[in-house]
Amino acid sequence: MTTILKAENIIKYFHKPIKFKALNDISFEIKEGEFVTIMGKSGCGKSTLLYILSTMDTDYEGKIYFGQQLITGLKQNALAKERNRNIGFIFQFHYLLPEFTALKNIMIPAIKLGRYSREEIEHRAYEKLKLLGVDDQALKPASKLSGGQQQRIAIARALINDPKIIMCDEPTGNLDSKNTAIVLETFQQISKEFNQTIIAVTHDGDFAKASDRTMEMADGIIINHNLML
Amino acid sequence: MGNLKKNIKLGIDYEIALTHILTKKVQTFIAALAVAIGIAAFTFLNSLVLGFNRDSDETLFKSIPHIRLFIDDDISMPLMKSDSNKYTSVIINPKITNSSKKLINPQHLVNQVKSKNYVENAASWMNINLFYNNGVAQLNGSSSGVNILEANSLFDIESTIVEGNINELLSTSNGIIIGVGIAENLNVKLNDNISVVSSMGVIKVMKVVGLFKTSNSVIDKTKSYINLSSAQQLMAQGPDYLTDIYIKINNPNNAPNYTEDLKLLSGCDAESWQEANESAQSQKKTRGMMMGSISFIILLVAAFTIYNIINMSVKQKMHDIAILKAQGFDGKSVVKIFLSEALIIGIMGTIAGMILGAILINILSKVYIGGENEYFPIQFEPTVMISSLIVGITVTAISGYFPARQAAKVDPITIFRS
Repeated sequence: MTTILKAENIIKYFHKPIKFKALNDISFEIKEGEFVTIMGKSGCGKSTLLYILSTMDTDYEGKIYFGQQLITGLKQNALAKERNRNIGFIFQFHYLLPEFTALKNIMIPAIKLGRYSREEIEHRAYEKLKLLGVDDQALKPASKLSGGQQQRIAIARALINDPKIIMCDEPTGNLDSKNTAIVLETFQQISKEFNQTIIAVTHDGDFAKASDRTMEMADGIIINHNLML
Repeated sequence: MGNLKKNIKLGIDYEIALTHILTKKVQTFIAALAVAIGIAAFTFLNSLVLGFNRDSDETLFKSIPHIRLFIDDDISMPLMKSDSNKYTSVIINPKITNSSKKLINPQHLVNQVKSKNYVENAASWMNINLFYNNGVAQLNGSSSGVNILEANSLFDIESTIVEGNINELLSTSNGIIIGVGIAENLNVKLNDNISVVSSMGVIKVMKVVGLFKTSNSVIDKTKSYINLSSAQQLMAQGPDYLTDIYIKINNPNNAPNYTEDLKLLSGCDAESWQEANESAQSQKKTRGMMMGSISFIILLVAAFTIYNIINMSVKQKMHDIAILKAQGFDGKSVVKIFLSEALIIGIMGTIAGMILGAILINILSKVYIGGENEYFPIQFEPTVMISSLIVGITVTAISGYFPARQAAKVDPITIFRS
């Protein structure tokens, strides 16, 4: 299996309120099609690491590679293109655009990418909605949906461009057990069937147990690259 | 195919902008209203300034020409001038000489002046002092010997006529148009005869063919218009005698630039209204400065209001910007989205503001203030409308562009964290 994501000596400082080393020399590799979870106590730097991997935070030292390509040091516009094409990011809070319908929220990144026509994009968006069991909510404004529905719409949005890597920050943190099960099942399916790589930060032991590999972090370093649960 | 993809990309940015505008109707309305108020104030006050300025100029040019050609008084020269310091010059007391004030070949000169491209019109003119007599009543006054059509094209005499007709002067060689004050004091009516006596002692019986009324009662009590030939007779001169040529030019402000040219052309003196009327000139300058600073402050206030509201509406959408960036929208798209939102608000607000301004102008232009103009001197000014449009759209574009560009540059996470 080929390496899809490699981190080399990642160091991250927070400057406010006082200078603080959040990540201390982190290095690891993730293989294509792997479903990796990152666990650790609050404040251990796992979300910070995920944001750096997602290219949304560029203020760090060290190097990130997507496959063979060095991502570190790319310009904002190049990073935006990279996120659009190769990364699906799922936030802890859904972060949908409240003015748009659920369907439109899912379609927007795909329209931006411009790989398919509008009709095709709409068709694909409905497929993702069905996959997550929220296709009946498609035409409601995002702000009118329940928390669980919003989170599933956000997941569908992350999947729309068939990204190579899907990153999630506590994707099930705000979901009940039934919704958590749906999400987990979806993740396993896309990882196995579509060979997409998933990196998820989580507190949920059961969620981590369902993944291929769990990394454990504490105080800004990875203390275990393959935690046995 | 590549082109099609590009079009779709263009589309989604504008679609997002439009959705923002349409879903946040109240916010959009308030922002557009703020722009409208700023632009309405800008349009209205600038039209006010322009109207007032133009009115003041018009009032001034009702009585004085832009440029006057005449022969100035000569001062006598030394009789014998010494060539060296050894000898004394022989002089007599410098005095005004008794040389003729007559312009040579006046009609040819008038035609030559008229042929200049900066000259709008020119009129032969003769100002004379005289007495108006009717029975024992006698009034001191001055009269202008003119070709009434030429004179009318310069000073719009027709608009002040209350009785009779200026064309009557053309058909009546001894006709006279007098101010209503003279008519009242001499107790004469239209078509009555009066006699006038010039400073040369020539007496002439004139027929009243018109009465005029200006806003100035002194003028109404002294001034009259007669034919050039009558004036020449009263001064005991022949038909080629003329003292002045009054010239109207395209742009009164440029009058001093043309005096040298006219001096060369005519061989006599040329005086611009600025030289002849320094107090009017300084008044005009004061007014210009005052109105200029008012306009500038209105521009500042309007621009600041617009900047604030547009800037705020972009800042409120910071979170949305971060979400879009996380989905892969680059800086250019973010700027495009928020710039087009600002422009939509800007264009709506500017047009509404211009309409509001035009309504205010319309209301004020119907306010009666009396005097010569009768109504408040304000009107729909196309130049002001164009500058309002430019100001409104430029300021909103700038106000939308800068915060959006700032947001476009930072990491999305930085926005989420704050």
